[in-house]
Amino acid sequence: MSNRKPETGAFFPRDRAWQPDAYTPWYKTSVLRSPQKALLSINNTLSEMTGPVFGHDILGELDDDLIHNFAKPGESAIGPRIIVHGRVMDERGRGVGGALLEFWQANAGGRYRHKKEGYVAALDPNFGGCGRTITDEDGHYSFRTIKPGPYPWPNGVNDWRPAHIHFSVFGHGFAQRLITQMYFEGDPLIPLCPIVKTIADPKAIEDLIAPLDMANTIPMDASAYKFDIVLRGRRSTMFENRMEGN
Amino acid sequence: MPQSLNRLKESASQTAGPYVHIGLTPNFAEIGGVYADDLGSRMLTGDASGERITIKGRIFDGTGTPLKDALVEIWQPDAAGLFNSPSEMRGSADPHFTGFGRCATDMANGEFVFETIKPGPVPYPDGRMQAPHVTLWIVARGINIGLHTRMYFSDEEKANADDPLLNRIEHRHRVATLIGKRDGDVVTFDIHLQGDDETVFLDI
Ligand SMILES: [Fe+2]
Repeated sequence: MSNRKPETGAFFPRDRAWQPDAYTPWYKTSVLRSPQKALLSINNTLSEMTGPVFGHDILGELDDDLIHNFAKPGESAIGPRIIVHGRVMDERGRGVGGALLEFWQANAGGRYRHKKEGYVAALDPNFGGCGRTITDEDGHYSFRTIKPGPYPWPNGVNDWRPAHIHFSVFGHGFAQRLITQMYFEGDPLIPLCPIVKTIADPKAIEDLIAPLDMANTIPMDASAYKFDIVLRGRRSTMFENRMEGN
Repeated sequence: MPQSLNRLKESASQTAGPYVHIGLTPNFAEIGGVYADDLGSRMLTGDASGERITIKGRIFDGTGTPLKDALVEIWQPDAAGLFNSPSEMRGSADPHFTGFGRCATDMANGEFVFETIKPGPVPYPDGRMQAPHVTLWIVARGINIGLHTRMYFSDEEKANADDPLLNRIEHRHRVATLIGKRDGDVVTFDIHLQGDDETVFLDI
């Protein structure tokens, strides 16, 4: 981690108009799982301004290589080889260093390795579907994987998920905890997807679509997609309320 | 036009979906050999001081059916009220206690279980003390953005009565939705996503 003094101020309030609503009936499962009463809005306390931060000691050598981390020795997962890279920043544009990113995805045929998965597409014996990494001091990260396939799911009779990678992100405070999904530039299924459409603002959807990054594509090896993630910003400590008596 | 604030917007949340276990608890999902342990499966890494407790509960949907595909994370201070976090400026937390737990709800009965210690009290921003509490974050298929809530303890009646957050709850009968019921070393905390006893969720 850097020499920068850790920031300890409260986080900017979440923009609930930008974030998806809980109740989005076109995504049917949300109907019975969405709180119906108003959330209680409370200023951050230490319970939310602090959060777990994980060290590189938890990472295995292949945690950031989904092509190989479940494969038999000498073998690799099937599918278009890609590098996903980007930067985790806060709303002030500052890099978030030391952020643990965990990701999971279907295989190249759109099939998950999960006992509740019902799609007929084949499992790839060399693909598990999970990985993780920790951002560097400036918030940069990268990992290797195969491009996941789109898949059908039971919601409407013929709903398909666009190709996507699920991301879980820890920042520096528990208030920043976020799970989102990365989509791929040019996928015609994106505007049709009921889960994508839980987000009302088209700009917020665009921010989840990773462009092809030819500059970082490795010839004869892997194409690259760039996906930046933004976490809640935090106030400088000088803008904090002082404790009584201070 | 004034200058731009030059702020970015927080990335929009998307549901964790039905296969969240693959990414966050792969060993639970029977994807072995990638990570040695599932993250957050052990909160006590040594001889942590404090009262050992078990927190367990279930998450119910609007029909009263427990969710069997949810994932719960908890975050709390140690017995002295200190967080094991670089943002903790008040002192050093117990090195044998992580403060962070993660548990997938059981695929058969929907139960989550955490082996932890009872947290110490932590001050509110204005300096008043808060009652001991554990912060929870819930994600699942059908939940578009993770739900934040808190569990307080039934054996802390006096502290709960003075707690600044609990006192912000306008409809007083809803305070009970944030109180875990302690019986010996086990604290039971059921979460209701909807209905008459809908849990108070926080925009925090
Ligand atoms: Fe998915």
